[in-house]
This record gives sequence, C-alpha cells and structure tokens, in this order.
Amino acid sequence: MNPKATSDFDRRNLDWYLDKLVQVLVFIGGISAIVFIIFIFLFITKEGIGFILHTMDVKEFFLSPYWEPSDEDAPEYGILALVAGTASVTGLALLVAIPFSLGAAIYVGEFATGKTREFMKVLVELLAAIPSVVWGFIGLTIMNPLIIEVFDVPVGLTVLNAGLILGLMTAPIMTSIAEDALKAVPDRYREAAEAMGATRWQVIFKVVLPAAKNGLLGAVLLGVGRGFGETMAVLMATGHAVNIPTSIFDSVRALTATIAAELGETAVGSDHYQALFTIGIFLFIITFIINLTADLVVRGVRRG
Amino acid sequence: MPMFAETELNVRNKKFQALFRLLFMLMTGLLILPVLIILTTLIYKGGSVISMDFLFTAPTDGMTAGGIFPALIGTVWLVAVALLVSVPVGIAAAIYLNEYAGENWFTRLINLAIINLAGVPSIVHALFGVGAFVSSVGFGFGFGTSILAASLTLAIMTLPVVIVATRESLRAVPMAFREACWNMGATRWQTIRRVVLPNAVSGILTGVILEVSRTSGETAPVMFTGAVFFTPFLPQGIFDQTMALSLHLFVVSTQVPGVPEDLPYGVALVLIAMVLIMNSVSIAFRMYLRGRKKW
Repeated sequence: MNPKATSDFDRRNLDWYLDKLVQVLVFIGGISAIVFIIFIFLFITKEGIGFILHTMDVKEFFLSPYWEPSDEDAPEYGILALVAGTASVTGLALLVAIPFSLGAAIYVGEFATGKTREFMKVLVELLAAIPSVVWGFIGLTIMNPLIIEVFDVPVGLTVLNAGLILGLMTAPIMTSIAEDALKAVPDRYREAAEAMGATRWQVIFKVVLPAAKNGLLGAVLLGVGRGFGETMAVLMATGHAVNIPTSIFDSVRALTATIAAELGETAVGSDHYQALFTIGIFLFIITFIINLTADLVVRGVRRG
Repeated sequence: MPMFAETELNVRNKKFQALFRLLFMLMTGLLILPVLIILTTLIYKGGSVISMDFLFTAPTDGMTAGGIFPALIGTVWLVAVALLVSVPVGIAAAIYLNEYAGENWFTRLINLAIINLAGVPSIVHALFGVGAFVSSVGFGFGFGTSILAASLTLAIMTLPVVIVATRESLRAVPMAFREACWNMGATRWQTIRRVVLPNAVSGILTGVILEVSRTSGETAPVMFTGAVFFTPFLPQGIFDQTMALSLHLFVVSTQVPGVPEDLPYGVALVLIAMVLIMNSVSIAFRMYLRGRKKW
C-alpha cells in the first residue's frame, strides 16, 4: 500500500482545525450569558457580603420601615417602606397596564387586519423603545402639574404619578408579548370553532384566550419584573420620600431608586455602601424568581 | 326562507361582536393616545430649544445655558465601545444556539440565562459594573469610572438584544441551504461563513441598530460606572470619564437649580428622537427584507 493513500483520508487540514477553533469560540459565546449571570451575582454579593454577615439585622432589614443609613449614632437599615413603595407603584402600574395591554393585544392580534395591524405593531414597538429617563422626565414635568391641578393636591410626585408612568411604560411590552401568545394559538383552533358557528368574540373568549392563558400570564409576569426593576422613571416620579403609602397621593421611594440616589454619596466599602448592594442582591433574587416563573409558565403551554 | 338567512341570534351575535371590536379598539387607542400627547408636548416645548448651537456647543453657566455637545459625543463613545464587545459575543452566542446547540437542558439553561440577563434591573447591572469593572477590590478589574467600565456594563446588559435578533435571522435561513452545503463536503464553519451568515447578515444588522438605540437611552448603568454630571473635556480615550445624553437629561431636570424651563425639553427631545429614529430605521429595514425574501 502506498503510505500516502492513508494520509489522503486524514482530513485534518487547516479547514478542519479552523472548524474546531470556531466551535470552541462560539461555545464560549454561547455560555457567556450563563457566565455573566453568575458573575453578576458573585460581584454584587462580594460588595454586599460584609453587611449581610456583620451589620445586618435580618428582622430590622425586612421589617423596619426606617431607612436612615446616614444617621451617625444609630443608622437604621429597614427596607419595608422601600418595598412598600416599589410594590404600590408596580401594583398600580399593573392595574393600568394589564387590562389595556390585553385589550390592545386582542385588538391587534384578532381584529385588526392588513395595514392597520402592521401600523399598530410598529407603534407598539416604538412606544416600548422610549428610554426610562425620558419617562421620568415626563412624570416630573408633565404629569406632576397635571395631577396637582386635576386632583387639587399639594404634591404631584406620588404613587399615582409613578404608577401611571410605569403603566404606560410596561403596557407596550406586555402588549407585544401577549400578542405573540395569541399568535401562538394555532389557526385551526379558530377555524374549528368558526366552523361550529361561533362568532368572533366567542372564538376569542372561549377558544383563543383559554389556549393562550399561559403565554398571557407570562406576559403579565414579565411586566411585573420590568416594573419591579425600573429605576430612572420611579426615581424621578415618586417624590422619593421614605414612606409607607396610605393613598395613591402619597410620595414613596422605591428600592431601585434608593440605590440610584445614594450610591454616589457613599464611601466605598462603608456599611451604607454595602447595604445598597444588599438591596441589589435582594432585587436580583426577586427578579430571578419572577423570570424563572414566567419561563416555566410559558414553557408549560408549549409542551401541552 | 333562504338557507343562509340571518337568524335573530346571528344578528344579536354580530352586534355583540361589533361592540367588542369597538371596545378593544378603544382600549388600544387609550393606550396610545397619552403617549402621542406627551410626544407632541415634547416636540412643541423642546423644538424651540434645538438649534445647531444647542447641538454643537458645551453647556455653560453651570449647565443652565449652552448646548449638549459633550453629552452627545460621550453617548457615541459609550455606545461604540459597548457594541465592540456585545456584537461579537452576541453573534457568537446566537451562532452557537442556532447552529450547534441541541435541544437539551444545557441549551435551556442558556436561554434562561439570556432571559434573566434582560430581566435583571438596570440598577443591579450598575452595581455589578461598580463591583466588577470600577473597583479593584477583590477580583475587580479596577478600570475606575471610565468609558470602558460603563461600556462593558452596557454591553452585558444589552447582550440579549443582539443574541435574540441574530438567532431569529439565523433561524430564518432554511435548513436546505445548510444541507446542500454540507453535502458538498464543506465544514460547519465554512457553511456558516459562506452560506448562513451572508443570508442572515441584514437581519443581524437590524438587531445591531436596535442595540444601538437601546444602549444610548440607558441611564442607570452608566451613572456610577463612567458617566459624570459635568466635565469640560471631551473624552480622549476609553479610560476617560464622559458626559452622557441620558444622564444629562436626569441632571438638568433634577440636579441643577435655575435651569430654564425649556432646556430639559430640548435634551429630552434629542434623546427620544435619536432612539425613535434608530428604531424606525431598524423596523423599516426589517419590513424591506421581509418583502424581498426569495425563499
């Protein structure tokens, strides 16, 4: 046998090695998201761990409504009021956003046709792109005087203001995810129902909505996550007062906004600085759980 | 009586349906209307501020007068450096997910990580940026507050935008194209480079434009990592601090006393115009591609 013949079958030329190299490179790219998520957790934990281990009183942290980190004698690190601020604003935002975005999704996905539909989808996508700092600015300059005038209240930077702003912000995102969920319902479901003599609204309420239930729930959950983590808009529109709200006309302060407002003023490594990172860890864990739940819920529908 | 005449029930159902259609249309309208009113107000109040001078001079008199030039340039720097990182990594990730990864738990884990990366609050990304890139304590890179630290933070935060857009456009390339190429004896990478990527490149580009728009509007991630309230100097390199348009809007509308009422509207209008124009370009491009598709 000619020894050269065997080497002809050895295809490990430059292209073969290049192929392997690229495979490794794109694999590194592929796992980058996992690596980054782990890094985010590790790095914020690294900065906040000192507070958690030494200074934090778990009971005070979660149950005290007093956030007074710069009190020299007895600083208090209670996030209850901040949680209440975030929850009230997010809750109001969802109250505004859920019905309207579901309605809009049904209109765009089930009723609108052709050009109207394309136009609506583009509009929704553009609305979702408006930066949050612009929303905050709108809350500050347009909503604030409007609320003062309409409701005859002394302060316009309140739960109401931030809730409306956040609702308008999250609605486009929820609309487009909800519309995707409606689109994922196979057309043969609709056709079958229509063949049985169902009208359009019967098809929507008895067939499409039940079938898209999980996807819609996923849309709502992602909206919750978005509202929960929103920073600039709530920083500018809530009034930034540590307060457990008793009405929608109270000023509050959100978890995210507290970090944004105070991080610049703290000395690196101080208790206050570490406490802010601890809030960050808390936010990370909560949004992680929300996103995980949304993913499980949406995937549930695909399997079934 | 004709066979398909409308019964009373049909008529009632039809009316009911028309009512619901109207209701949903109204809800959509109510969602969009306030935003349109707000945009009109921004254009109306901000329009008078914008001029060549406003765009091309630096702020003066303690930021109560003058223009936004350093902030514009700063945003360009931040976005450009962020793209240098996020585009290659994002495209690699999308190629891995669409061309190599199988349907298994590991792929699912990656997808979950991507969703989470997009879902983590922007301020938490900022904290990460401070801990990882700004500070040198522990395993931090210690870049200080610099364009590099801010851009890396932005890149990681917006990575999902590139990954998702690229994966969609790779997915749109028919499997038969790849199979034909493999049958000719091409390696995987040759197939990707010569067949898959050329057919997906315009879709990837729309994703990149979207990424630019998203990155330029972000505020929280840059405010502690590289962007500062005011600096009289334009950045000379990636280790300099810079102003940023998004942060500038926050600063002139909340942090500086005595700013004339119209000035922040001008900043907001420039920012929103920038973002919306880029998004519109991306959408128009996508529609054009969809109309042109040959397969």
